[in-house]
Amino acid sequence: MSDATIKTIELVVNQAPVADRVEPRTSLADFLREQRMLCGTNIGCEQGVCGACTIDVDGVPTRSCITPAISCAGSAVRTIEGFDDDATMNALRAAFTAEHALQCGYCTPGMLMTARDIVTRLPDADDARVRLELSGNLCRCTGYVGIVRAIRRVLDARRASTAIPHAAAAVTA
Amino acid sequence: MKAAPYDYAKPLACDEAIALIKPTEGSGKFVAGSQSLGPMMNLRLAQPEVLVDLRGIAALRECRIENEVVTLGACITHAQIEDGGIDTGTRGFMEHVARGIAYRAVRNRGTLGGSLAHADPAADWVNSMCALDAQFLVTGPGGARAIANGDWMSGAFTTALEADEILTGVRFARLSSSARWSYYKVNRKPGEFAEAIAVFIDDAARGVCRAVIGALDAPPYAIDDARELLRDADADTSCFDAHLEAAGIEAGSYEHEVHRAALVRAAAGIRNQNGTAS
Repeated sequence: MSDATIKTIELVVNQAPVADRVEPRTSLADFLREQRMLCGTNIGCEQGVCGACTIDVDGVPTRSCITPAISCAGSAVRTIEGFDDDATMNALRAAFTAEHALQCGYCTPGMLMTARDIVTRLPDADDARVRLELSGNLCRCTGYVGIVRAIRRVLDARRASTAIPHAAAAVTA
Repeated sequence: MKAAPYDYAKPLACDEAIALIKPTEGSGKFVAGSQSLGPMMNLRLAQPEVLVDLRGIAALRECRIENEVVTLGACITHAQIEDGGIDTGTRGFMEHVARGIAYRAVRNRGTLGGSLAHADPAADWVNSMCALDAQFLVTGPGGARAIANGDWMSGAFTTALEADEILTGVRFARLSSSARWSYYKVNRKPGEFAEAIAVFIDDAARGVCRAVIGALDAPPYAIDDARELLRDADADTSCFDAHLEAAGIEAGSYEHEVHRAALVRAAAGIRNQNGTAS
């Protein structure tokens, strides 16, 4: 780092307040991986196309490779490591396992971020909409069929639990 | 790749932002969501020495409709437009276009003004604002000015904006309640930059029937009177080819085929009344 441009930023990472020194050019992805040791966020294309680096910034999916860390000062950032206690994410993880929605796993953290956005923001999404929404996350292994099925499984379970409250526990178990 | 080193500031007012960029003598850049500039910097196609982040300026997020004139702040995001939280006065046109821009994670951060200032000819807002005949509201060291639609882009990635000027917003006439619109773009994959874009705004109550041929190697090609293109589908379609030729698209080329398909399908979207061809 060249000392001239180093700045101190404060932000929240996985619900814990963080103060750290960054070069302005450091991407949010590099900051998380190399300074916060949160390597669950994967870096693929570094030009905002592949979606592997997608994380949650202030509650919405964000490309961490083309977003400078310094521009997230004051924000709340949540990486895949920060979703261990999240019921929706755990349902998605179980569905990804059940539907063989990953092979090498490189795209999976970003896929899960987008999948969580789909099931929470678009509860009525059909398969075509799921595929459209997934167009910003590339997977080289699965052919997407398992990923779409996994998201479908969670969408259906959430719909069923809304329709029949007593069945909720059985569906998500 | 990683971006080259730069300095960074996030001012709270336009005056402050302009004062920060002035001493950089052209080596500094204003930035908002960084969803276009970010990739270019990572690829080192752009190497600004200073970035001045405009997202802290609340005035750039203000939107209003007064006397049938819509003003949209430059720093509203594509996702905000997509979700309908902002009244764009376009009868769902901008909401529809927003939903097709890149991917949701990009739309959450990328801004209307950032896309317009970047001025990629294949970008959605560049062509949509041309179809709406929008004015571009700019402020700089010499004060504020409005740039007419036809004067905004002089070429690919080239606008009338000076290096020390900020695009603060856009202004255009609200569509009347009987207005119809149609937007068709050709992408090999959803979210990619388009190979061809065609737009129609048919607002007879205001005397407007305008079309745009977009995603050229040049600024959007506007057709001020597009009524001829909206006549009966079985009628002579040579007027389509005349406009495509005038837009600089070589007859018989692949580009001609995709631009023609976009224009014909967008016109059909209007004729089918629902106006939501996509």
